[in-house]
Amino acid sequence: MKSLIAVIFALLPSFVLAAGGNVHLDDMKVDLEDKASLQRGAQLFTNYCMGCHSTKFARYNRVARDLGIPEDLMMENLVFAETKIGNLMEIAMRPEDSKQWFGATPPDLTLVARVRGADWVYTYLRSFYADETRPYGVNNAVFKDVGMPHVLEGLQGKQVKGCAPVVIGFDPLTGQELKEDSCARTNHEGHPNEVLYLEEEGQLNAAEYDKAVADITNFLVYMGEPMALDRKEIGFWVLLFLAILFVPVYYLNREFWRGIH
Amino acid sequence: MNKLQAFMGWIDHRLPVTATFEKHMSKYYAPKNLNFWYFFGVFSFLMLANQILTGVWLTMSFTPSAEQAFASVEYIMRDVELGWLIRYMHSTGASFFFLVVYMHMFRGLMYGSYQKPRELIWIFGMFIYLMLMAEAFMGYVLPWGQMSYWGAQVIISLFGAIPVVGDDLVTWIKGDFLISGITLNRFFALHVIALPLVIVALVFMHIVALHEVGSNNPDGVDIKKYKDEEGRPLDGIPFHPYYTVHDLVGIVVFLFVFCFVIFFWPEGNGYFLEHANFEQANGLKTPEHIAPVWYFGAFYTILRVVPDKLGGVILMGAAIAILFVLPWLDRSPVKSWRYKGWISRINLVVFGLFFILLTWLGTQPASGIYKTLGMIGTVVYFGWFITLPFISAKEKTKPVPERVTG
Repeated sequence: MKSLIAVIFALLPSFVLAAGGNVHLDDMKVDLEDKASLQRGAQLFTNYCMGCHSTKFARYNRVARDLGIPEDLMMENLVFAETKIGNLMEIAMRPEDSKQWFGATPPDLTLVARVRGADWVYTYLRSFYADETRPYGVNNAVFKDVGMPHVLEGLQGKQVKGCAPVVIGFDPLTGQELKEDSCARTNHEGHPNEVLYLEEEGQLNAAEYDKAVADITNFLVYMGEPMALDRKEIGFWVLLFLAILFVPVYYLNREFWRGIH
Repeated sequence: MNKLQAFMGWIDHRLPVTATFEKHMSKYYAPKNLNFWYFFGVFSFLMLANQILTGVWLTMSFTPSAEQAFASVEYIMRDVELGWLIRYMHSTGASFFFLVVYMHMFRGLMYGSYQKPRELIWIFGMFIYLMLMAEAFMGYVLPWGQMSYWGAQVIISLFGAIPVVGDDLVTWIKGDFLISGITLNRFFALHVIALPLVIVALVFMHIVALHEVGSNNPDGVDIKKYKDEEGRPLDGIPFHPYYTVHDLVGIVVFLFVFCFVIFFWPEGNGYFLEHANFEQANGLKTPEHIAPVWYFGAFYTILRVVPDKLGGVILMGAAIAILFVLPWLDRSPVKSWRYKGWISRINLVVFGLFFILLTWLGTQPASGIYKTLGMIGTVVYFGWFITLPFISAKEKTKPVPERVTG
C-alpha cells in the first residue's frame, strides 16, 4: 500500500480540474444497515484512498463504533497515520505539497457523497479508462480529465474505451442475449457509441469489483451523514409521539367547541 | 381570597399581567369562523420561536471564521450531542418558515386582510418579510459552503448595479474587496443579533396592531357590528381557550409534517439544503449552477428576466415594493374573495400559481423555454397588481352577509 502512494508521488502531475457533464449514472443501492459492506468499504477506503484524501470532519473512534469495529482492530488495520483513535481522520500529506504534485489538492471526501450523490461516486469509480494523453495514463468517463490516477486498477484491471459488443436485448424464443457492436449506433453527440470494457483482468472479476466499489460508496454515504440511521429511528418515535398526542388534542378542541355554532 | 389570588393581586398592582392576558387572550374576541388558512399565522410564530431557540444552541458550537465555520458546522453535525437535529431544525426550519409565511400572506390576499382598517398590519407584515429575507440570506452564508459563498457573491454584487456609488457600496457591505472572513463575521453579527431583534420587534407591532382592530375572517365582515348587551361581539369568541385549543390541533399536525421532513427528508432533494453547500467555500472555483434557495426563487427569476443588471435589480425591487402598497391598490368595496367577482377570484388563483412557477424557475437555469416562462410569469406578477385597482373598483360584487356564515 505504501509503495502505491510512493508511485503516485513519483509520477509527474499536471492537473486539469473539470467536472463531468450529463453522463448516465448507474444506480447504486445504498444500505447503511449492511455493516459488513460498510466495514469492507472502510477497509478499501483507508487502504486505497486515504493516502491522498482525508475525511477530516470524521473521527476514527466514531467510525469504529458506528461500524462495529473494535478499537484495537481499527488502530491496527485501518489507521495508518501516527494518530490516536479519538482524532479526526486527517492525512499526513500537506495540501501545499499535493497541490504541487497533482496540480490541485485532492479534496477531502467526508461529504463527497452528499455533494455528488451515491450514484455519481459509484459510477465514477468504475469509469476510469486508459488514455495515454493523460499524465497518469487514465481518464474518466464521468469526470473528464480528472487529475488522479486509477488507484483501484490493480483490482479492476485495465479498462479501455472503444467499440465492443454490447447486449441490446434478449431473443424472445431462446432467451439468449442479443449482442451488437456498440459503434453500430451513435451516442447523443452523433459520434460512434464507444463503451468501456476490460482489456486486462485485475485481481477481481467484474462483479466483485462492482461490489467493492459499492462498498466504498456505501461507506462514503455513511461518512457524509453518520447519524442517518439514528435520525430515522428517532424520527419514527417522534412521529409516533405526535400521532398519539393528536388524539387528546383533537378531543380537547372538540370538547371546547361543542357549544359554538 | 386564597394565596394565589393574593399573589396575583400583588403583581397586578405593579405589572398588568392579568389585564394584558385578558386584553390579548381571554377577552380578545376572534371571529368564530376562522378556517384552515388562519393556522399559518400561528405556524409562522412557531417557526420564529423554533429559529430563535435552535439558533441560540447552534451559536454555542459555531465558529464564525472563514477557516473554521465549515468545520464547526460538521462538528455540530457529528460531535455535538443531537447537534444534527438542532442544525436540521434550523436549516430545514428556514424553508418551513418561508413556506408558512407565504401561505399566511396568501390568506391575506384571499380574504382582504390588508384592507382598511388593517393596512398597518399588512405593512408591518411586509417589513417582517423583508427582514426575514435579509435574515435568511445572511444565515445561508454562515456554513461557508460553496453556495453560501457564491450565493453571497451574486446577491451582494446586485448592489454594484447602482450607478455611481455601486462599487463602493459593494466593498462597504463586504468589508473587504472579496467576500471573506470579514464578511462572514459581520453577517454572523447581523444574523444572530441585529436582525432577530428587529424581526421580534416587528412581530410585536404586527400583533399589537392586529389586536387593536381585531382579526379579519373568511367572510370579511366586521364582527364588532353586532354585540350582545355586555359588548361582546356575537360572532366572536375569546381567543383563549377556544383558539388556543384549536391552534394546538393545527400545531400537532404541522409538527408532524415538519418532523417528517427533518427526520426523513432533511435535504429536501437539494431544495432545503443544496448539495453544493456540502463543499467548503472556494473563491477560485465557481459552481456550475448557482441557484438561490427556493424561497427567493420568484424574485431571482424576475431579476434574471432583464438582460441589463441595473434593470433587473430595479424590477426585482419593484416586485417586492409593490406588495407594500397593496392595501391602496385594492379598491373593492368587499374584503373577502368570496364576495368579489369571478375575474378577481380567477386572477388571484392565477397569480398564486404563477408565483409558484416563478419560484420554481428561480432554482433552474435561465435558458430556453425557462427564460420565456420567466418573462410570462413576470408579466403576470406585475399585471395582477397593475390591473387590481381597475378590476376591484369596476367589477360587480356579491352582497356581503351581515353576520359570519361559518
